[in-house]
Parts: sequence; structure tokens; C-alpha cells
Amino acid sequence: MKIELTDAQWLSEHAEVSIAELAELSGLSPELLRELVEYGALVPVNAQDPINEESTQWSFTVECVVAMRAASRLREDFALDANALSVALTLIERIHGLEAQLQNLRSQFPALRVKR
Amino acid sequence: MKYKDYYEILGVPRDATTDAIKKAYRKLAHKYHPDVSKDPKGEEKFKDISEAYKALKDAQARAAYDKLGSHRPGEDFQPPPDWGRQFGDGQFSFEDIDLSDLFAGLGGGGRGAHARGGKLPIPGQDYEVTAPISIEDAYRGTELDLNLSVPEYDGQGHVRRVPLAFKARIPKGVTDGERLRLPGKGGKGLNGGPNGSLYLTIALQPHPLYRATGHDLYLDLPLAPWEAALGASVEVPTLGGAVRLKVPPGTSTGQKLRLGKRGLPKRHEGEGDLFAIVQIVVPASPTEREQSLFKELADASTFNPRASFPTGDGK
Repeated sequence: MKIELTDAQWLSEHAEVSIAELAELSGLSPELLRELVEYGALVPVNAQDPINEESTQWSFTVECVVAMRAASRLREDFALDANALSVALTLIERIHGLEAQLQNLRSQFPALRVKR
Repeated sequence: MKYKDYYEILGVPRDATTDAIKKAYRKLAHKYHPDVSKDPKGEEKFKDISEAYKALKDAQARAAYDKLGSHRPGEDFQPPPDWGRQFGDGQFSFEDIDLSDLFAGLGGGGRGAHARGGKLPIPGQDYEVTAPISIEDAYRGTELDLNLSVPEYDGQGHVRRVPLAFKARIPKGVTDGERLRLPGKGGKGLNGGPNGSLYLTIALQPHPLYRATGHDLYLDLPLAPWEAALGASVEVPTLGGAVRLKVPPGTSTGQKLRLGKRGLPKRHEGEGDLFAIVQIVVPASPTEREQSLFKELADASTFNPRASFPTGDGK
């Protein structure tokens, strides 16, 4: 059997995405995404004061695509509304930050132990 | 087709109310949902739980499932002869499909559900796969063998499981948790819709020597007490081959000695660093000669390693 070889692309290589693209890639509606921005669970990269700016002007990093895909799964599997979803997203982001810190500390922690 | 007992998966009796089914599903979802749970088997378990719930929460799908009869889990079975006509469009082939594929079309809505026979272009599903790779492979780049079993839909929405095997070229310089995208390698689009993507999440595997954080690597560097005290030139293994590291005199445990640019390569240019963390180790069973030399040192030295402790009379 011939095995095809595909190049994996860096996710962060791509340009930033608009709210319409984010909606399409995550499966969440633009209205829900706007709500998440209002609650602060989703932050556009280019907006100083997102609530008072036109949402069509917002752009998001591709990391947001990953986060919003998780959001879409959570919303569907737990039947979450926008409010509950933004709490969950905020907590998940904090957990990711803590895990990164923990990983960083762990890697500096000697693995050597006195053998008895 | 293999039978799965959806009631047993959710831990509810066959006559459970829709509400009881929902409660049982939620309880299990809290425990095993891969975005919430750290259970390594969570993802696999949640797939079953979610599949069971999708079939049982919807009255029509549940009736269809109940009509399949009760079989032992894993038992090969055929649905009753008129089942397909009653619940589908009668065109099912029951040979190479999974029970979940059968219900994906029935329950309506939800992930995995596909509109059947419509003319609208439907983009293919995206898949997410974790790719375990070694630190060496992250350093050099690698080709990863992927073997997936994916549902494939034809124009009428009929489904069959097909094995999908291909290689993915992983560029050098990926870090733990990095996401990569294989465009067009997800589910096939229908009616001219674009194919989905396959998303890979890199999971660096534990290494006997190195621990990675981002592009930096950490390595324990065991030193003999005299090497640490007097300084030494020691050979240190790096991913690019062994290098000599100068340990300055008076080095203590826990000090980090940096080997610049000996970590993982970065995407565009540059490399992370390798840090050797000093560990002073002593011979577990010193010879008599070693013991007497240590004794001599102990008698001659005025060094107080615990100078930072408060002085007291030891009571």
C-alpha cells in the first residue's frame, strides 16, 4: 500500500482570524462569540475597548481557534449557556497557565534521588 | 455489527426516564470529559458515554435502538429485517459500520451528525489526534505514522468505517502541547464542501535524561564532591552530541550551568538552551582510603554549610 506523506503546518503560522472565520472554525455562532468577548472569556488581539467597537473589525489569534473548539465541545456536551461557558473557559485558561508553570518547575527539579 | 449496551454504559436500567438518562450522562461527563478530566482513559470513555447518550436522549433514536433487541456487548448481531426501512431509508449496509455511525444519522443534531441527501455543500469534519513524539524527534523533525479509522459518508449520507493511514511530516522544533494542522486530512466534504482538517497535538514523551519546558531542556549533572569543589571539565550528552562543560570551582548542588543553544531548535531560527543542574553525589560505599581522606578533610575544614541556621545550643 502506498503511504501518502503530508506536511504538518504550524497552526500559529496562519494569519489572525476574523469573528466570522472563528465562528466557522469553531462551530460557535458569531452572536455567542460576541457574548464571550463581552464577558471577557475571549479577547480580540486588536481591540482596545472591544465592547464599543465594531465586531467585524475584531481579529483573534489562532490559539483562540483551539480554545473555541474546546468551548464548542463543552457547550454541546454539558449544555452550557454563554455565562457558564465563559466561567468554564476562564478557569480552563487558568488551569493551562498553572500547568505550564508546573511543567516549567518540574523540569528544573532534579530527578535524581538517593537510592536506599 | 458489534452490539453496544448503551444502558449499561450509562449505568441506567432499560426503562430509565429521559431525565434519569440525562442525569447519569452528566455525572459521567463531569468525570470523563476530555476537556475537563485528566483521566488518561477519559477520552475513550467519554466517546462511549456521549455515543450512548446521543442514542438514548432522543425518543426516536431510543426506540430504534430498543428495537435492535438486547445482546451481549461486543456480540456480532444483525438488526431485525425491517429495521432499516422503519428507521432509516432502508439503504443501510450493516457490514463495516459501527453502531455509532448508525445513530449519528438518526438523533439529529450534534457532533458527527450529517445531513443526509441534502444538496448543500457540507464541509468535512475536523479530527483531533494526540501525537506522542520523543524529544529526539522534536529536535530533528520526524515522519509520523498515523492510522485512523474514520467514518466516510457517500452522497446519500450512508456511512462506512474506512481505515486511513498516512504519514505526517513533523517539522523540527515542535514543543510540548504544540498544535499542528494537516489541511484536508479530516473528514471528506459532501456536495463539494471542503475536506476537514486533522489537528495534531504534540505530546513530548518523558526522556531518561532531558526534561523540556518550551524550547529549553534541563538535565541533571551528577558531580563528585571534589569535582564540585575544585572545578572540572566534564562531558555532557546533548541532542547534537556530547560536549565538554567547564564546571567552575566552588559549584554547589542546584546551580544551573547553561549550555547556550543546546536545547530544542525554534521554528524560524535560534535554539533553546540546555541547563545542567548540578547534583553533588557521594560514593554509596566508600573505600577505606576514601573514608580516611574524607575524615582528614572533615578534621581540617572550618567550613560551616549551615551558617544560615540560627545559632543555638542545640537543645
